[in-house]
Amino acid sequence: MLVNRKLILAHFWLAFAVFGIALTLGAWQMFIRSPIGTWLSNPELYYRSLTAHGTVMGYVFPTLVAMGFGYAISEAALQQRLVGVRWAWVGFWLIVAGSVMAVIPIALGRASVLYTFYPPLIGNVFYYLGVVLVVVGSWIWVALMSVNLRVWRRAHPGAPVPLAMFANVAGSYLWAWTAVGAALELLLQIIPVAAGLKSTIDAGLARVFFSWTLHAIVYFWLMPTYIAYYTIVPRAIGGRIYSDSMARISFILFLVVAMPIGMHHTFADPQVGAGFKFIHSAFTALVALPTLLTVFTICASVEIAARLRGGRGMFGWIRALPWDNPMMLALAFSFIMLGFGGAGGLINMSYQLDASIHNTQWITGHFHLIFGGAIVIMYFAIAYDLWPHLTGRELIDVRLIRTQLWLWFIGMIVTTFPWHWVGILGMPRRMAYFDFGDPAIAPQALSVTLSAIGGFILLASGIMFIVILARGMRTPKIDAGPYRFALAVHQPATVPVALNTHALWVALMIGLTLTNYGYPILNLALSSGTSVPAVYVGAQ
Amino acid sequence: MSAEETHQASAEVAARVERRWATIAVIIVVMMALLAAFAGIHRATMPQPRVETIDPARIHLSGEFVEGNLGSVLEANGTVTVRAIGQQYSFTPACIVVPADTPITLRATSADVVHGILIQATNVNTMLVPGYISEQLMRFTRIGDYLMPCQEFCSFGHEGMWGKVKVIDKAEFADRAKGGGRLSCVGQ
Ligand code: HEM
Ligand SMILES: [Cu+2]
Ligand SMILES: [Cu+2]
Repeated sequence: MLVNRKLILAHFWLAFAVFGIALTLGAWQMFIRSPIGTWLSNPELYYRSLTAHGTVMGYVFPTLVAMGFGYAISEAALQQRLVGVRWAWVGFWLIVAGSVMAVIPIALGRASVLYTFYPPLIGNVFYYLGVVLVVVGSWIWVALMSVNLRVWRRAHPGAPVPLAMFANVAGSYLWAWTAVGAALELLLQIIPVAAGLKSTIDAGLARVFFSWTLHAIVYFWLMPTYIAYYTIVPRAIGGRIYSDSMARISFILFLVVAMPIGMHHTFADPQVGAGFKFIHSAFTALVALPTLLTVFTICASVEIAARLRGGRGMFGWIRALPWDNPMMLALAFSFIMLGFGGAGGLINMSYQLDASIHNTQWITGHFHLIFGGAIVIMYFAIAYDLWPHLTGRELIDVRLIRTQLWLWFIGMIVTTFPWHWVGILGMPRRMAYFDFGDPAIAPQALSVTLSAIGGFILLASGIMFIVILARGMRTPKIDAGPYRFALAVHQPATVPVALNTHALWVALMIGLTLTNYGYPILNLALSSGTSVPAVYVGAQ
Repeated sequence: MSAEETHQASAEVAARVERRWATIAVIIVVMMALLAAFAGIHRATMPQPRVETIDPARIHLSGEFVEGNLGSVLEANGTVTVRAIGQQYSFTPACIVVPADTPITLRATSADVVHGILIQATNVNTMLVPGYISEQLMRFTRIGDYLMPCQEFCSFGHEGMWGKVKVIDKAEFADRAKGGGRLSCVGQ
């Protein structure tokens, strides 16, 4: 039962529009810093583009997808009209306003600080205020998800919360709390300096605040994808969820362990001591757990679908899968990219190995593979799956959809594998230009060229995606029927309270964050003499 | 067997397989943590353990990072200490000279914004955060030139911030260090 279709479509369309722009910038960046691009006489343009690309892809695009998908889940899984629609629109318009407010100083070259901010570099205050508005808009969504679940619970006392909604609300709480780190950094440290009220800032403390956000934000990006793995894929390919409770446990684990581990981003930093670095490293190992559980449950769910379709044998069932179904294709590609990306992630999180790739192009290669690859390809699949229910029209270009998914997968592999490789060779990230004429850098030229070619394949695929959705707004009307989520093999009649509510886990999430972050933050905040003069971008 | 019983039996199989996998997953995770601890104890490359602070506004005026103290120095115990600073958009010294097969301590900081030091083809890699001193232990086994780019965006000239490390023979270094003072390979 999707009632507020306009609201959901607005979120998706805005998400994919900004995605299209940022994707074009990404492909341009890749090209211009490769040997086939020509020297940019003004490298400053590269950093404007990079700030826009990172800000959109990191903050605006995934947030809008999570919000639109969240509203859809709330209505379809709870079978209940969205409560607070007016507030939802307020959230949407706050994001529009925030994005416009942020993009103007970026375009003018007044906010080329990149999406990670890293003071004491300070850009125009409106850039930061714009980002804050985007986050505030998304917090309205968090509140609405919570309210809608509460309303439903009152009408269905003791009933198991549908898995999709349980996971969706878990993701929204994770986002609410993980955004607090960057919010504190912005409100307490950066914005006062950007507004000219202060002129010094503690750069080390800012990095610790940012790491609070930087890790768990990736799980917020991941949430829609994991929700699709569990609650859409099995239905779309004619199978069942292998285990409802394991799914709940995975989402709970994300909620609890994604937060207190962000300082693995500061292994190479001088402002954090060995003790907390090691604690965060050990906790980081834990976060592999929900993903390992998910890979198992999803593979098992897929196997169920294959066997229901008559597949047999130890591995023979793989052939019985509906490979012409876009959802099947997307899932397979997503898992392959998740596998490679996950292996790379184990290197990043390692207390020692990190030193060999920290801040090299390996890192950008890594998160494009996981985020742009494994995660975003499922965003595509979610859009394709929801579209007929949102528009009341059929998506007829199934072949085109398959081609689009194939191109995204191939493009991602061609782009990111060489990208990892030059990282291992020590190529630093975030540089507008490389002197490939230098004999020490020349060996990287071929790899960077390959990445640039991959970038254009991705751009082509992204354009196809948008065209398919746009054409889907004009096909003949159909009755798509009610939107359904996958059922478990053993659909639970009751669920233990711990797997049906979030309060305990939210308390643990906050508690663990405070134990793992409280001391280092207080220690840095209270030590004097570490604030340094701000360096204003564009003022040089 | 009735449908109900088959259902029950299959649920039990499912639960058992799932438990087994969960156990394997937990073992993998514990192994990873133990490996990290083991490697840590055995002195592989380690993240910086201690926090040291410094006032970046005064580093040019006094203390260990004044201009005359930057570069490489042979300590009495045979180890080498290298002191360097990063600033928009260069390192001082821009070319660092060190001996091969010698324990070296790199001490560095930033005079303005966040920078990073990365020595290519090694795992020497650390952030330079103004207000704090970065320290890293290193040891080179191969003689030759290494590129040393800044690995963190430090504003519009970031792409031009490349330093160099020259690793020379131990005896040659000792020879050059005889006169005392701070060594570098700037201009060579
Ligand atoms: C699909 C979605 C994508 C997402 C979510 C994404 C996300 C990001 C993010 C968050 C950054 C970091 C910005 C920073 O370091 O400040 C980044 C950097 C970058 N992206 Fe993307 N990106 C995507 C697609 C692409 C594509 C298709 C290309 C083209 C090949 C591309 C090229 C780049 C380049 C060249 C950089 C800068 C790397 C550097 O200089 O360090 N991105 N991207
Ligand atoms: Cu992280
Ligand atoms: Cu730099």
